Amino acid sequence: MSNHAGFIIAAYGVSLIALAVLICWILIDQRLQNRALQELESRGVRRRSDSKGAQS
Amino acid sequence: MSETVSKTGRWIDWANPTRFLSFAGIILPWLGALTLIVLAIGLWMSMQAPDDYQQGATVKIMFIHVPFAWLSMMCYSIMTIAALGTLVWRHPLADVSARAAAPIGAVFTALALITGSLWGKPMWGTWWVWDARLTSVFVLFLMYLGIIALTRAMDDPAKSAKATAILTLVGFINIPIIKFSVDWWNTLHQPASVLRMGGSTIDGSLLRPLLVMAIGFTLLFFTLHMMAMRNEIRRRRIVSMRRVAARNADRRPSQ
Repeated sequence: MSNHAGFIIAAYGVSLIALAVLICWILIDQRLQNRALQELESRGVRRRSDSKGAQS
Repeated sequence: MSETVSKTGRWIDWANPTRFLSFAGIILPWLGALTLIVLAIGLWMSMQAPDDYQQGATVKIMFIHVPFAWLSMMCYSIMTIAALGTLVWRHPLADVSARAAAPIGAVFTALALITGSLWGKPMWGTWWVWDARLTSVFVLFLMYLGIIALTRAMDDPAKSAKATAILTLVGFINIPIIKFSVDWWNTLHQPASVLRMGGSTIDGSLLRPLLVMAIGFTLLFFTLHMMAMRNEIRRRRIVSMRRVAARNADRRPSQ
């Protein structure tokens, strides 16, 4: 059965790589959004719903 | 009447984006940790599992192939519920959920196809056949790509939400076709052996690791989906904040 080891390793390897890329993409996106949000907040920009309330 | 309104109001209140963000902040570290633990146990059990008497070691591919295939259909079902949420209740989180789920579903579907192909070559003697099960899953993959393209075709998510929801609902017809394709047509793919009338036909030594892996990957899906939803909510906030900033700049051109 050792001649099939390549197929098993390839299946697990491809899955690991694809899931790692997906997770990294979501984490990078998270970082970009957080940075943009902080940048806007530091400029004092508020959402419409926040400006109506007593949100500081 | 007023009670109905207040009930609906409360329900929508509970699931508003701001509440979702704080809920996700609390639950995500725990969900992520649980995912890692269950997947680690599942992988260890998969390595310990005996070889199949016919398929030998290649049965190890089942422990990832089957969960990916299950998740590809579960993700689409979640997107269909979200599509109903968009069209019927116009819930603000429904479109966020559908849009966040689509790329994750596409990855799981692609992996189900690739791992299936890598399992098919040594066991069936071919990488691919255009039979009912394989073709219908390939169509599901194309559906995901179409939905991803549509959600990103328009700048304003309010415009693309309805079109995406209708496309998702129409595409749901494919899910029962995938599920029953192995019963309705002659295919190279084996019929259902876990969820079937009369119980599973898989031996416990192989079924247990499979179920743990399936739970692990399901937890991974929910973790990633929640993270992607949080990103999407923040992305929409940023757009609306930029709009407010641009409007304010218009009003005060001297500043």
